[in-house]
Amino acid sequence: MLVSATHEMTVANDGMIETFTRTREISRAEVIREICHHLAPYQNGDQPIVGDTVIAKDLTIDSLAIMDMVMELEDRFDVSIPMSVIAEIHTVNELADTILDLSARG
Amino acid sequence: MGLFDRHAGLLEAYRDVRTTGYDPFQIRMERVLSPTEAIINGKKTLLVGTNNYFGLTFDPSCMDAAIEAIRAEGTGTTGSRIANGSYSEHVALEKEIAAFYGKKHCMVFTTGYQANLGVISTLAGPDDFLLIDADSHASIYDACKMTQAEVVRFKHNDPGSLEARLRRLGDKPGNRVVVLEGIYSMLGDSAPLRAFVDVCKKHGAYVLVDEAHSLGALGEHGRGLCESTGVIDDCHFIVGTFSKTLGAIGGYCVSDDPDFDILRVTVRAYMFTASLPPSIVASVRQALRVVQARPELRTQLWANVATLYDGLKARGFTLGPEHGPVVGVHLPDRMTAIGFWRAMLDAGIYVNVAVPPATPNGVSLLRCSLCAVHTREQLEHMVEVMTGIGRQFGVLPAQPELRVAGAR
Repeated sequence: MLVSATHEMTVANDGMIETFTRTREISRAEVIREICHHLAPYQNGDQPIVGDTVIAKDLTIDSLAIMDMVMELEDRFDVSIPMSVIAEIHTVNELADTILDLSARG
Repeated sequence: MGLFDRHAGLLEAYRDVRTTGYDPFQIRMERVLSPTEAIINGKKTLLVGTNNYFGLTFDPSCMDAAIEAIRAEGTGTTGSRIANGSYSEHVALEKEIAAFYGKKHCMVFTTGYQANLGVISTLAGPDDFLLIDADSHASIYDACKMTQAEVVRFKHNDPGSLEARLRRLGDKPGNRVVVLEGIYSMLGDSAPLRAFVDVCKKHGAYVLVDEAHSLGALGEHGRGLCESTGVIDDCHFIVGTFSKTLGAIGGYCVSDDPDFDILRVTVRAYMFTASLPPSIVASVRQALRVVQARPELRTQLWANVATLYDGLKARGFTLGPEHGPVVGVHLPDRMTAIGFWRAMLDAGIYVNVAVPPATPNGVSLLRCSLCAVHTREQLEHMVEVMTGIGRQFGVLPAQPELRVAGAR
């Protein structure tokens, strides 16, 4: 597995097919933006969702929906987060760091 | 913080549930009359929520076998099989279930829950990987809490989602154990087992399939989804229960693995609980014979599924994705589901109500389970009653829609 999300591109060149893989770093801001996008439906009133938001406590999301959201994020960033690790995650920042860490480890 | 404070949210939800006057989680069957009828609140009630798929709880041959066993061997074993020893009948039952599947080994457990809990938590150890369907039964989730393996969920009934997770494991050492169910208990949908098996083969993963709701219902001989999809030989472990189609209680796991019996001294849910009493073992052995001798029960079950599913669908209800011995009726929210459930009980029909967090994707459901011995009249009556309540609750349009003559 590569260091981060990979984008495979196929380019036709003078009748030759050349396939190469481009590697792009995932930024922390990008991961947080994606998490906040998934959490938006569970926002509690006007309270903004930020890095320190405690997912299970500050929002209206239940534990099953958290696990389902994690599956979406897993596929978006091509990582798998074990259930025991999910149980230790509290804030948006912690979730983002877990994804970045797993992504870097490949 | 008090001991029960952490349950504050649940207590509140439970209070909501009870505002209807009945508590759906503490319903009392004052007297059970047959596989399909009981007295509830002093009234004869049609049972369409008991998982009694073949109606064998009152099969005379199964009842006689149980009574004879009590007379011959007493009411209970008073201990576990590793401490108190096995009765000949435990061993005979295991041989018969193994033969039923054409597998070499079988272990019998005191409940189906314990079979999943014990086998799944023990099979995958430290450095192994357990991959489970997101909609797995509580017994599978609880096994995951006990295991030392790394647990990852994949999207419900999605072989591509499983494959992505197996691929991500790359060449990490450790066994991969994939846990599936034949028919899922809330919506009655079955797994695309052949596609899952292909993915597992490609990635060298073991397959464990729980046939709790599909034993008897699926396959030419009633072995379950593993038989109807032709993959019995590719399923390394098949788990099931005696408490549904076989009309008693207990669980089992079969396998061809030559070292399977080591589980008898490693699975704590087998070692440290009392074994099944002789009466249960006897009725289960007889029920397994009935399942094999009377395939017409399976035909009747699916005819009844069609009557209820197609009847409700034609009236405009939103149902689970396919015909199944469980028919899940979607309702818009928890309180509608509970009110609907209560109205049905008042009308003399018992089904299960399933609300979050026990349901996938936070849906609220009426969960109906069919029985081979329901009559067509009983089920047509149920469709009428539910249609009336559906209109009253605004779940269906208030006025009956014009229907084409001859359409159901």
